[in-house]
Amino acid sequence: MQADRRTLEFYLLAAFFGLFVLFLYGPLSTILLLSFQGPNGGLTFPMNGVSLRWFQNLFETQAVGDFGGSFSRSLMLGLMVMATTVVVSLLAGLAFRRGFLGATPLFYLTISSLVVPSILISLGIGLAFQIAGLEPNWWSSAFGAHLTWTLPFGVLIMFAVFNRFSPAYEEAARDLGATSWQAFAHVVLPIIAPSLVGVGLFGFTLSYDEFARTLMTAGSFNTLPLEIYGMTTNVTTPVLYALGAVTTLVSFAVIGIALATIAIIARQRRKLGVS
Amino acid sequence: MSVAAEAAPAAVSDAPAPKRRRRAPPFAPYLQAMPLGLILGAFLLLPIAAIVIVSFWDYDSVQIYPAFVTLNYAETLGSWVTWSTLLNTLKFVAIVWAITLFVGFWVAYFLAFHVRTSKMQTLLFLVCTVPFLTSNIIRMISWVPFLGRNGLLNSALVEAGIVPAPLEFLLFSEFAVVLAMVHLYSLFMVTPIFNTLVRIDRSLIEAARDAGANGFQILWNVIIPLAKPGIAIGSIFVITLVLGDFITVRFMSGGQSASMGLMIANQISLLQYPAAAANAVALLVLVLIMMAAILRIVDIRKEL
Repeated sequence: MQADRRTLEFYLLAAFFGLFVLFLYGPLSTILLLSFQGPNGGLTFPMNGVSLRWFQNLFETQAVGDFGGSFSRSLMLGLMVMATTVVVSLLAGLAFRRGFLGATPLFYLTISSLVVPSILISLGIGLAFQIAGLEPNWWSSAFGAHLTWTLPFGVLIMFAVFNRFSPAYEEAARDLGATSWQAFAHVVLPIIAPSLVGVGLFGFTLSYDEFARTLMTAGSFNTLPLEIYGMTTNVTTPVLYALGAVTTLVSFAVIGIALATIAIIARQRRKLGVS
Repeated sequence: MSVAAEAAPAAVSDAPAPKRRRRAPPFAPYLQAMPLGLILGAFLLLPIAAIVIVSFWDYDSVQIYPAFVTLNYAETLGSWVTWSTLLNTLKFVAIVWAITLFVGFWVAYFLAFHVRTSKMQTLLFLVCTVPFLTSNIIRMISWVPFLGRNGLLNSALVEAGIVPAPLEFLLFSEFAVVLAMVHLYSLFMVTPIFNTLVRIDRSLIEAARDAGANGFQILWNVIIPLAKPGIAIGSIFVITLVLGDFITVRFMSGGQSASMGLMIANQISLLQYPAAAANAVALLVLVLIMMAAILRIVDIRKEL
């Protein structure tokens, strides 16, 4: 497999991989193209001219509902979920690493959170709020619903990180007289920083795009995915694609920022001469 | 740095010399694990308890009443609609699982064994990951201009003379549901399999080759057994995602197909919460059975 000459197997698999990537990106690129559809164009090809008509349409509130409001709610919710996921996963990772009574049940509870279907979370939180007489809101019930999806990812990433984390670094810091807080803040935290950025990326994007868990928990104001879904039933113009293009670009921007942050951390490390 | 320098003397004087090597007080892990426990308790355990409780409640067209009736279960388990919906859901699970496993394994295999530098591996893996961090709804909608009656694929097929008229089954059909699910969920299979494949010790493969194994024998007797944990984790993801899916089935089948998740979602929109709750309990039991079956085969905790 590490042979110098490329085998037939390589070319077959490379072609398969290429098709897979095409399968992933092909549909996405058609809606990016179609969002520039001319003013009289429809939902499918051919392009009837090129225009920014549908992007303008997006900001005329009466045409497509409350795009601005739902966008800012989703953004805010994503940031809240991101921050909470990073902090809670990191703390839980530290706890699991040290070990405590009940670690195994909590681990299985975390895994369960990943496999319980999202419609159940949505229904359950909706019912629990109804029974408790609380009003569901995007910043309370939907926030909690999103955390049940992002936290398991965060905890599993921290689990993987700490399983490969050599305690020698901390022990060296302790031997040099560092307190446990100093060892954590100046040794552990910088080493795991790129993983924390990754956890944050997951936290934000999973929340920003979440639909099923928000369905019954968002209360009276829609988040962006709910708004988009509502549009699929009553909007028959390419403004739908324009909205798709804009939200996809936001996702791409977030991914780009996260990767750039990780790259910057890596470069600083190389400068300091640590791997 | 200055903060740490100031904090140091105080901290050192707090801890007497013989105890310096002692780790933080034993209650620290409990404090650290508490936020996770509280959040999952409040937004996972309590809601599931609420579903179980409400599944025994009574309801009419206006509201739900606290009660203890087993009518909801009797209705759902006694109806052939439930069983055929369940069968349909399991059909989706089986098909999507088989396709994502095939696609996921070979994509991961290519990345792990044929891409030579780890930089290139990371780059290509990211290329696969990026679409999964964008909106599922948008990714479903994006199939419409491609598969629709006047879509790209139909136009191309008609123009090339392969089919006389546009194919109707491409969009708003079970075919479209399976296609979209593979599109949405295959990364959940690629990632864990890729993770196990890159950690396989290459000398094992060398040893197998030296012992005279051919390519297929190496794959079947060395690589696949070692990739099992990754396959199991990927399978858990895909199976539970498809089991609980309602949005893909609703959107891509155009209302012509059914799944357990969709049945629950429809009952929710009709405000029949106790009936939805009874079905939700049934779905949860199904998910737990599937997961227990997979976990019996592989202990995933060792694999993290």
